[in-house]
Amino acid sequence: MSGLYLVAQLAGRTVAIDSGQVESVVDIGEVTAVPRTSAVVRGLAALRSRVVTVIDTRVALGVPAQDAAHRAVIVHVDGHHYALLVDALEDVAPFALQPLANGIALDPAWASIARGLVERDGEPMLAIDLAALVPAAAAAAAVAA
Amino acid sequence: MDDLLQEFIAETRETLEALSGEIVAWEANPSDGARLDAIFRFVHTVKGSCGFLDLPRLARLSHAAEDVLAAVRAGDRVPDRALVNAVLAIVDRIGELVEAIDAGSAIADTGEELLIAALAEGSAEVAQTAQPAQRAPSRSVRLNVELLDRMMSGMSDMVLARNELARRLREDNADPAIEAALERLSATVSDMRDTVTRTRMQKIDQLFSPLPRLVRDTAAALGKSVSLNIEGADVELDREMIEVLRDPLVHIIRNAIDHGIETPALRRAAGKRENGRLTVSARQSGNQIIVEIADDGAGIDIDRVIAKLVAGGRDERELRALSDKARLDLVFAPGLTTKDEVSDVSGRGVGMDVVRTGIEQIGGRVELDSVAGRGLRIAVHVPLTLSIIPTIVVGVGEQLFAIPRQAIEEIVTEYGEAIRVDQVGNSCVVTVRERRLPLIDLGERLGLAGGKPLPSGRMLAIVGLGVGSFALAVDSVLDAEELVIKPAAPAVMASGLYAGQTLPDSGRPMLMIDCAGIAADAGLRFDRAIGADEDAGDAVAETPGIPALLFRDLDDMVRAVPLAVVDRVEQVDADAASFTAGTLRLTIDGQVLPLAALGDIGGRERLGVLRLRDDSSEIGYAIADALDIVALPERISPPRAPGPIAGVVLVDDEPVELLDAHWLFATHAERRDAAPGAVRIVDSGDGWMSIFLRPILEQAGYRVVTTLDHEEGTLATLAFDDAEIAPGDAAPVLRLRRQRIAAAGADGSIYRYDRPGILAAVQRQHAGGGR
Repeated sequence: MSGLYLVAQLAGRTVAIDSGQVESVVDIGEVTAVPRTSAVVRGLAALRSRVVTVIDTRVALGVPAQDAAHRAVIVHVDGHHYALLVDALEDVAPFALQPLANGIALDPAWASIARGLVERDGEPMLAIDLAALVPAAAAAAAVAA
Repeated sequence: MDDLLQEFIAETRETLEALSGEIVAWEANPSDGARLDAIFRFVHTVKGSCGFLDLPRLARLSHAAEDVLAAVRAGDRVPDRALVNAVLAIVDRIGELVEAIDAGSAIADTGEELLIAALAEGSAEVAQTAQPAQRAPSRSVRLNVELLDRMMSGMSDMVLARNELARRLREDNADPAIEAALERLSATVSDMRDTVTRTRMQKIDQLFSPLPRLVRDTAAALGKSVSLNIEGADVELDREMIEVLRDPLVHIIRNAIDHGIETPALRRAAGKRENGRLTVSARQSGNQIIVEIADDGAGIDIDRVIAKLVAGGRDERELRALSDKARLDLVFAPGLTTKDEVSDVSGRGVGMDVVRTGIEQIGGRVELDSVAGRGLRIAVHVPLTLSIIPTIVVGVGEQLFAIPRQAIEEIVTEYGEAIRVDQVGNSCVVTVRERRLPLIDLGERLGLAGGKPLPSGRMLAIVGLGVGSFALAVDSVLDAEELVIKPAAPAVMASGLYAGQTLPDSGRPMLMIDCAGIAADAGLRFDRAIGADEDAGDAVAETPGIPALLFRDLDDMVRAVPLAVVDRVEQVDADAASFTAGTLRLTIDGQVLPLAALGDIGGRERLGVLRLRDDSSEIGYAIADALDIVALPERISPPRAPGPIAGVVLVDDEPVELLDAHWLFATHAERRDAAPGAVRIVDSGDGWMSIFLRPILEQAGYRVVTTLDHEEGTLATLAFDDAEIAPGDAAPVLRLRRQRIAAAGADGSIYRYDRPGILAAVQRQHAGGGR
């Protein structure tokens, strides 16, 4: 199975994001904070005429937040647009998706977004489902409580 | 009425277009239940609309088709080819008639009887009529809502672009001619924006205005009398929502009049007014619009519903085992009716399942609240998407938030006249012109570091929630703006504090506060404790004699105290009361009051406290609950011996103990004889004066100050012999020395632990006429 992937740096790791779920790649400007929500929600940002919810992927993956991060990948989940902050974007290239090798132990946050492995010049990268980082309402409520 | 007709024509035309595929599919497979339902709903809707638009021919056709389809749904008839053709011929004819009405031309009603007759069992197939092709030019254009959405989003982009352009021009000190041109552009863009926005918004009045007629006609046809009450007609709603709500609303109202409201004779027998009462109201709640239809009829007869469903083949035991709510929801079962006869008005039960399907399609829900014999209330919740809401924009710390304007009763400043803010236990109350309201600080709720207190004080928005009101403190009130509010992402909405998000002209996203959510988050409960005071105001005015506050005491006795000595009634945490220095004390508002109690405080979490005040001192009296304001009778039975109880009075024929205010003050008030005046202490940096001396002076009844108050003056200034004293008023300086033995060349100083000596010296100043 081969598809087009966006190669990005996410929480200090190189990952491959299925390009099918990427709506666009943007630089996020000013972010309006949303008090009393899950820490994963960095805030709201205006993207053209839309309001997008900015998700701090580093927090979601349990890595300390980086204020400098402004690059974001826009995804569309259940009628809402989200901007998922990434450390850096590297490349867009076709890769063949391979199943996760047995014995790779990921912590729960990574395991919940991992979809397989792709290989670039011999370097294995985790292929991830970026949308899975968007907190669902129930999960967010649990965090807020 | 013309508008309605146009709506009906446009809608029927649209449905027909959408239905053409269904018809073909049904023709191919007449046993397909889903197709059958779709066609059935169409003719049912047409029948319903015709009823109040007065289109008898269409009504007859659709009613006939509906009858047959109902029989098929019930399994009484098999949809053979003849039947399918006959129904399709009627659907076609409906289309022709609608076009004819629109064009204003007439179609002879020949053949319609034949069409209807063809529906009968065993009749011959009808020949398909040719579709008429001509269509009259329409006065209005029906636009795809998606197109409007795109227009709207393009418009917002334009506004943002204009803002940026304006900013750059300002930075570059552009040519005035260019600025003038920009000005014109701005005005046009704003105009356009309003127009485009309005294309999507409509007052719900448009939905409500045909209702009086509908109710009148429906009631008249059934020989009932119904008065209609409409509320909230100026709530604005997305155009699409209005269209989706139209049919369900008509269905629900017809059902209410037909099934709910009883005949005048029955109503009389049940002890109700002959006139049935129907209330239709719209209001916004958080991020939803709620349209409520309430009647005072018989309510839903659940037993009947179950009986009908059992007759239709459902398992009775299973149905009976359902919860109350689930049983009520059975009225949404397809093909249900509790009416034994089918009327022209309603009664095929198609109503409720159509209603629910329609509402759920747009992400809404339908709630039922039925009380047998008392009536049915149906609440239709629809989302607020794209609703334009008038808001007040407020600032908290660095951030801006929108608050729905309709929730705000008024806005006052904290330091305004007739405004008073008090700390009660760990919460705050604000008294606005005799009205006491809980106070919530928005910044605190949201965990935003509140800015430095402004010299002008915070702004207090008085928010009305229906069940009660509270004051919401914000740093500033900036603007009134009409905003397009959209639901925020689930992760944001999950906090329960926000009603949605918006993108104002500034280009910075803003959140709208859900006032009910904030109140719930702050743990506000609107109960008597707060309301008691409001009631008090009214009651006092009407009550002759000495008004007294009736309360339940800690020992569960009901007692009374003259209202005149009660400064206020407050709720405090039981922790605020403590047994210190030999007596019970209450810590409140940053001061310590002596607290009287007849009973045990232990084991309670919250205490009511009566704050009693005479002209000079204040004491607290712990109670369980404030109950009421009553007028005291003149007769008071005195007690055996003087004590906390002044006597027993009869209130509503119950004996009630009356507290002896005199005894309470005599026993509990701080002994502060004649309030002699102020003494200034000058600390030498070691704090001895404040820590050691001050309590002694205060205990003796002096007020102790550390700085001079020029208006009042002081009796004396106390300082160590080596301390430097800022120039003060004329009051003499009493020097204290640290050594027991006065140094040579005694200067009249007093040893610092000579308690009687110090007090005597101060007393001399007092006796000598002070300053």
